[in-house]
Amino acid sequence: MTLVALDPATSAVASRPSRRGAKPRWEGGIASYLFVAGYTVLLAAFGIFPTGYALYLAFTNDRGQFVGFNQFSKVAGDYRFLPAFENIAVYLILWLVMLVVMTVLTAVALRSWVRPGLSSLLRFLYYLPGALAGVASVLVWLFMLDPSVSPAGPLLRAIGQDSFAATLNPSHLPIILFLIAFWTGAGGWIVVMYGALNNISEDVLEAARMDGAGRWKTAWHIQIPMIRKWITYMSILAFAAGTQLFVEPQLLQTASLGRVSPTWSPNQLAYVYAFQQGDFNGAAAISIFLLVLGLVCAGVLVARSDLFKLEEQ
Amino acid sequence: MAGFALFFVLPVIWLLLAPSKTADQVVHDWPLSFGSFSQIGHAWSHLIAFQNHALLRWMRNSAIYSGGSLVLTLATSVPAGYALALTRFRGRTTLLVVTLISMIMPSATLVLPIFLEMNQFHLIGTVWSVILPFSFYPFGVYLVYIYFATSLPREIIAAARIDGCTEWQVFTRIALPLARPVVGLVAFFSFVGNWNNFFLPYLVLPNSDQFPVQVGLNQLLSSTPSFNPVAGAGLNITIPELALAIIVAILPVLVLFLFSQRALVSGMLAGSTKG
Repeated sequence: MTLVALDPATSAVASRPSRRGAKPRWEGGIASYLFVAGYTVLLAAFGIFPTGYALYLAFTNDRGQFVGFNQFSKVAGDYRFLPAFENIAVYLILWLVMLVVMTVLTAVALRSWVRPGLSSLLRFLYYLPGALAGVASVLVWLFMLDPSVSPAGPLLRAIGQDSFAATLNPSHLPIILFLIAFWTGAGGWIVVMYGALNNISEDVLEAARMDGAGRWKTAWHIQIPMIRKWITYMSILAFAAGTQLFVEPQLLQTASLGRVSPTWSPNQLAYVYAFQQGDFNGAAAISIFLLVLGLVCAGVLVARSDLFKLEEQ
Repeated sequence: MAGFALFFVLPVIWLLLAPSKTADQVVHDWPLSFGSFSQIGHAWSHLIAFQNHALLRWMRNSAIYSGGSLVLTLATSVPAGYALALTRFRGRTTLLVVTLISMIMPSATLVLPIFLEMNQFHLIGTVWSVILPFSFYPFGVYLVYIYFATSLPREIIAAARIDGCTEWQVFTRIALPLARPVVGLVAFFSFVGNWNNFFLPYLVLPNSDQFPVQVGLNQLLSSTPSFNPVAGAGLNITIPELALAIIVAILPVLVLFLFSQRALVSGMLAGSTKG
């Protein structure tokens, strides 16, 4: 989770009325193109070109002949395709519901019910595991889930997980992946939500208090509705990222000695197509499915929310 | 609240304590006990011996990949964000929209297509196959863009032009000196993201000598007797060594997290705290 939007409602304060009439239309002239040149080359080479090339591969076969939607129907008909999408669907539901409920409740509690000093310490503690994102977090959780070494060993045994083999049962994967994602990612979002809550003016909260609203009512009727756009933003980003799972199930597959399917997530299936079956066209077709999912999420966010500032009005 | 904090903190504490114990103590002693400092030394020598200093090579590789792409990211995203915010040119809005969309899309969506592209151009296994894709960082461009758009009044730029500054002088003498906070922010996110990245190097670097430390950790995992009794048999890589490897691997990022938290949090919410 490294994506953070900046609030345009406040940044708009700094924007000024445009003075197109008084100034040359293209301020900066040719120099502007030089300033954006390096970035544009990278964007073309590692954003646009790979997308186009994947599209080309997905619509052709290994001899470069156009095959229409055959690659798509081939991978969609693969017996591993639907289960992979079902797996991430289960994970995503769990992850999104818990992420929204827990981050919002925690941020509200930190903002309204905890002393500022303690609140800042707690935010830091929640946030810290973010440094272990990626492989490190999975390895740490492999230990946390092994009852013989885990500090939560007694807890694991109490719920019937007597051995590492038992906890790493393939059917537990959505929960395990959720725990890992929550551990590394929730803290950053709590910080963002807390910041958003901090922006609600004291007057509004004071007015609610005067009207006799308690903490719960204030949270439910005032604070949470006022940070709704941040909740939407977080949900869409978390959803988009969740569809792309690769590292975590891949490592769990290694650690489970093969009990977890090597094609648990769609990205893993694409990987198997490319690296084990040598079928780059099929792999590209799966990537296109995932790309479209990501594009839809991004499109919805850009078009429907006022989080991003494109033009100074 | 406290229970919640435990969930976040306990694994970190466990991780920091594990290398001080023997493999046996890790299993039999209280999970949050401290072993001894000399044991950390033993774990370290076992770890270093793995494939003849592989861990150090991986750390060096990670530094090259993350550092190299950091330089390229800053060199491209700062001028681009500046031009998008403070100049007007044909194609500006298109470039902004494409930037927004690519920064929201998870970076993993493009990894396999980028692998296919690299494969087509025979760049697999080269340093550039990692550094160049890492350098493409639309979020950095957006951060710089929003920073200049909100904190550098266009009147100043216009005045400088009237005083006879060239576009390049306006950028280097006026914009760049003001950009320090946002440069730090872009550098942090880019470095942390690339240091922790696994998927792309895992696909494009076939050779263990070229692995960044994240991919190296994966190899260590498959060489640990606890997780791989066959391949790991006879190796000295047990839980304390693995825990120590994790700590070493994330140390640069952890240090950044510890020392830049305040700046970071205010940066993350730069727009919303200003108003």
